[in-house]
Formats: sequence, structure tokens, C-alpha cells
Amino acid sequence: MRLDQLPLHRQSRIASIDWDGLSPREARRLRELGFDDGVAVEALHHGAFKGPLACRVGRMIVALRRGVAASVIVEPA
Amino acid sequence: MNPAPMVALVGNPNAGKSALFNALTGARQKVGNYPGVTVERKIGRMALDDGRPLELVDLPGTYSLDPQSPDEQVTRDVLFGRQEGERTPSALVVVVDATNLDNHLRFVLQLVALGLPTVVALNMIDMATRDGLEIDIPRLSAELGVPVVPTVAVRKRGLDELREALGRAVGGGGKAVFATGEPGELSRLQREARRIATAVTRQHRQTNFWTQRVDKVALHPVFGPILLGALMFVMFQAVFSWSQVPIEWLASLQAWLGDQAVRHLPDSMLRSLLVEGIINGVGSVVAYLPQILVLFFFILLLEASGYMVRAAFLMDRLMSGVGLSGRAFIPLLSSFACAIPGIMATRSIDDQRDRLTTILIAPLMTCSARLPVYAVVIGAFIPARKVLPGVGLQGLVLFCLYLAGILGSMLVAAVLKRTVTKGGGGGFMMEMPKYQMPVWRDVALGLWQRAYVFMRRAGTVILWVTVALWALTSFPKAPDGVKQSEYSIAGRIASGIEPILRPVGFNHALALAVIPAMAAREVAVSALQTVYSIDSGDDEKLGQQRLATRLRAAWPLPTALAFLAWFVFAPQCLSTIAVIRRETNGWFWPAFTLAYLFTLAWVAAGITFWTATALGL
Repeated sequence: MRLDQLPLHRQSRIASIDWDGLSPREARRLRELGFDDGVAVEALHHGAFKGPLACRVGRMIVALRRGVAASVIVEPA
Repeated sequence: MNPAPMVALVGNPNAGKSALFNALTGARQKVGNYPGVTVERKIGRMALDDGRPLELVDLPGTYSLDPQSPDEQVTRDVLFGRQEGERTPSALVVVVDATNLDNHLRFVLQLVALGLPTVVALNMIDMATRDGLEIDIPRLSAELGVPVVPTVAVRKRGLDELREALGRAVGGGGKAVFATGEPGELSRLQREARRIATAVTRQHRQTNFWTQRVDKVALHPVFGPILLGALMFVMFQAVFSWSQVPIEWLASLQAWLGDQAVRHLPDSMLRSLLVEGIINGVGSVVAYLPQILVLFFFILLLEASGYMVRAAFLMDRLMSGVGLSGRAFIPLLSSFACAIPGIMATRSIDDQRDRLTTILIAPLMTCSARLPVYAVVIGAFIPARKVLPGVGLQGLVLFCLYLAGILGSMLVAAVLKRTVTKGGGGGFMMEMPKYQMPVWRDVALGLWQRAYVFMRRAGTVILWVTVALWALTSFPKAPDGVKQSEYSIAGRIASGIEPILRPVGFNHALALAVIPAMAAREVAVSALQTVYSIDSGDDEKLGQQRLATRLRAAWPLPTALAFLAWFVFAPQCLSTIAVIRRETNGWFWPAFTLAYLFTLAWVAAGITFWTATALGL
């Protein structure tokens, strides 16, 4: 399942990230914010009208757009 | 004598770095800029327990040493001793958020690898305890190979221990070695960081309990925007209502000073300069200091509490509609106080085209320098009555002026993104910090720095412009029966530009006020003050009459409204233009800004004037 489709508050884990589908800048920022295979992730809030989504990654809350979240593949924890 | 050793304070954003800097240096700090770039340079002095002085440099908060933005470039250059105007640091204090070790440790590993003497400040340790996290500090220190000191910067806890560890570290020697920033390297460090974090942390229960509770409302698709709108509305109402009393104090102080000058000085050119030029001119600008401080107070509070990023989250959808990201919201919101710090804050936008668009529309945000102008005109022409309980008509008009600026900027951004700044699309990705109780000492320090900057401006730029304007309006002396403001040098310049402004309802005094307001918008108020008090001749009593009364007598309502509309758009601030030049490295974009904003201002004033006239107002 993709992170942008993940229902709220379902404890999950990052299975893989499609780094090639992201611009180099997006990929770097995503890494800096702690996105990596095997990291715990949970969707917390969805912005209205297909706005950004906020998710917990490790111990940090990160906001990102759905387009980028679509490159993050998650699996149940 | 050797200068005091320099210690650099480094860390991820939201680690509490600035709070630690304030706690260590108190008010002994200087804020400036690095040469050539507009990255803020904050230095402060502190003393070690044995009396040795240290110079502490607060580097910009960054996630890594890979130069992606000017902030990261400066941090990197300082650490490698390559930054012009800065010595090589003798030691580093790396600030990490104890509740977020998984992520912050990666940067620590990168910094420790540099080989400089390093002390880690494990900040917000109280929050970690509250979140049920237990951290094995000796183990963490052993894993990293550097001393780790638990601190709570906002409560000044752990500072003695930090100073002690720093005392041992300074003088240890060492030189930064070049580290590469391969993407694979980043992942490797990240995994190492996670391994250490997992090894040293024991979690007893769910973290970030309060933050998640508050976010349920603050980020709610329906209640979130309502809360944001309400906060903004309260903020702008407060700007007017909380500042009433201090403004009256300042006004009576100004009147008293004028009286004293009149009583003790003979009637002369000098007295005229002092009373009409300096006291009334500068005084009418300083009178708005309370409003500016109330606005800054709210902005500092929103920033310190962690709400600002939530606002960016809520605004991202709207901003992306015009091709910007929620990140632009913070620079733009700062521009409500002043476009200069706002434009400088665009550095945090990594996409260059997004950044340029944000810079170009920042002057459209209603900055605090417009407030004096708005306040005088609204005070004079809009009756102070309530339209709803708790909602004054004056506040409502002010709200509409702010709204006009915002809508105008969105429109401009949408056009720019489809034409001159096409392409890009930096996206929106941000860490959302935990909510925090703002530290009043830090808010007070921030307010003091803002007040100081404003007063220094009033004391220099505004003072000289006021004096120059007084001279321009006082000379040459008009013969009897001719209006002084028409006859003077300024009057003649104004007559030159009047034909351009006449169609949009501006009279001669307005054309006259627009000229010196190029230096700073608020000067328009003192310009009007000077123009009208000189026309009142020698009678000082009349000269002290409220400006509002005089404006009501001199301007029809459509003119007043057109003047307000003009100020929503007009780029009446040379400092902003100068900053745009510096940030865009050339004259093209500042010239572009001047041209498009004056055109917009003329059109907006025109539409307002023609509509108001047609409606018979």
C-alpha cells in the first residue's frame, strides 16, 4: 500500500521507497527527515481537499504532500 | 592578547538551539549578517567557570552538512574554517532533541566525524521523561565518543554541567576533515543513528501525547482552518485595541515635548524645525510602536509555540493552488510585520523559483509600516462603531485591507508562476515540532530586538527624511496669500507627479506625501503632519491639532479610500527594494518589483476612487 492511501492511525512500517520516482531534492529531504526502509510510520492527519498529510516517522511528525507520499510503500507493522 | 576562543552551536531545526543560546549568553548577543549572504549571524559572549571568556556563535538550524541552501552552506563553511569573517571554531556544541534521537543523531554522527572537540547537549530531556523515554546517557556518550550533557534550555537546567564539559573541550585542538555527502552515506549514517537511538532509549508509553491531542483540532480539515482564521482575526483586532493606551501616552508625551520647546525657545527657524520637523514628525511615527510590538508579539508567540508550522500545513493546499508551498506561508506571514525579515526568511525555501515568487509577492503583505498610514486614515474617516458585538468597523476595514493584500498577492503569484517564474515545484516537506509553552524571556528578547530596530530606524532614516522634508516644504518661503506647501520645493516636485495621480483622486498633499514615503511608508504620516502643520502657520495650538481632524477637512471620502488602496500595493520602501536586490543578486528583479507594484497601486487606487465616487460616498 502507498503511504498516501494508508488509513489514519494504522501502525505500519516502510517497506520500500521508490527513490527514482522522486526529484533529487525531494529524495534528499525525505532521507533527512528519517524516511528509510523498515522505519515505523503512521498517518496522523489528512489535509482537506487533497492537501498534504502529516505522519509519524520514527518519533518525528512530518508533513508532506500526497504526491511524494505516493512513492513510499508501506506494510502492516 | 588572543581573542576569546569561538564555540559554534550547531543542531537540527527544532532542537531548542536558540533557547540554549539565549540561556547561555543572556542578553549579551549581537545579531548581524555574514558578508555576501543574508544568513543571520548571531554571536554572544559567555564565561566559563574558571573565568575564561568564550564567543558563542549560533549557526542556522540544518539537517545535514550538504549545502542545499545558503543556511547549510554557511554552517558548513564555518565548521571547515572557510567562512569569511569567522574564525575556525575551537569546539562545537551539538544540540539534539532528546525526544527525537533517531533522527537528530545522524547529524551528530556527521559532526563528530569532523574531529573537532565536541560536546552534545541532550536538550529537552524533561520532555523525554514526560513522554516516557528513558535515555542511557553514559552509553550514548560511549557510542558517540564525546561527552553528552542533559539540558533543559528553557528552564536553564544543565547549563553548569555544559559549561564544565565545554571548559574541558576547548583547547583540545583538532581540525575539521572533509566529509562527503553521498546519498548512500546519508542512509548509512541514518541507520547507525537509529541503531544507537534504539540501544540507548527505552520507551515506556506512547509519545507526543499532548501534541497529538492538540493537533486533532489544529490540523482538523474543518476546525483547523477555522482556528487559524480566528487566531489571525484576534491578532489583528488586538493590534488595534491593546495598543490604544500606550499610543495615548506617547501622544501626550509628544504634545508635552512640543509645549516645552515652544515655551522655552524663541520663535525661530530652529524652533520650527524642532517642533514641526522633529517632534511632530518623528513622534507621529514612534506613536505606532505599540501596534508593531503587538503584531510581533503574536508572530513570535506563534513561532515559539510550534503553531507556525501547523499554519503552513493548513495553508499548503491553498498555496499550491497558486504554485507555491506551505513553506512560503512563514516568510509571507513574517512579512506582515516587515517585508525585510520576510524576504530574508525565504532562504528556507530550497526551490529557487518558488523562492523568487515568494520574494516578489512579499511586499504585498501588509507590513507594520503601513499600519501608521492605515491607522491615521481609518481613524479619520471610518466611524468607531460596532457592527457586531466585539467587532469594530475600524478593525473590520483594517481586516479588509489585509485581505486585499493577501488576495492581490495570490493573484500575482498565480500569474508569475505561469509566466516569469514558470517551472520548479519544490513541494512541501517539513518536520512538525512538538507544541511548547513559549519561553517569555525569549519572546521578550525577540520583542526588544524588534523595538530596537524600529527605534533605530526612527532615529536615523525617519529622522533625516523628516528633517529633509521639513526643509523641502519650508523653503523657499511663500509670499503672502500663497500656500506654503504649494510654493515650496516639495510642492513643485509634487506638482510634477500630480497629473499622473490626479485621475485616481489624489490631491496635492497626497502627491507630496507619496514622495518621502519612498524611504519608509510610515513617513507618509509624518509628511502629512508636516505639510498640514506648516500650512497652519505660526499658531502652535492649531499646529498641535490632531492630524485626523485636518485630514477629514481636507479630503473627500473617495480620496481617503483610494489612498488606502494605493498603500495596499505601492512599493513604498527602498529598504525592501535593496533587500530584493541583495537576495536576487541583481537589479532586474527589484526593478521588476517596483514597476509591477506601482502599476497595481495606481489601478487599485483608481478602481477604488471611481467606484466610491460613482456610489456617491
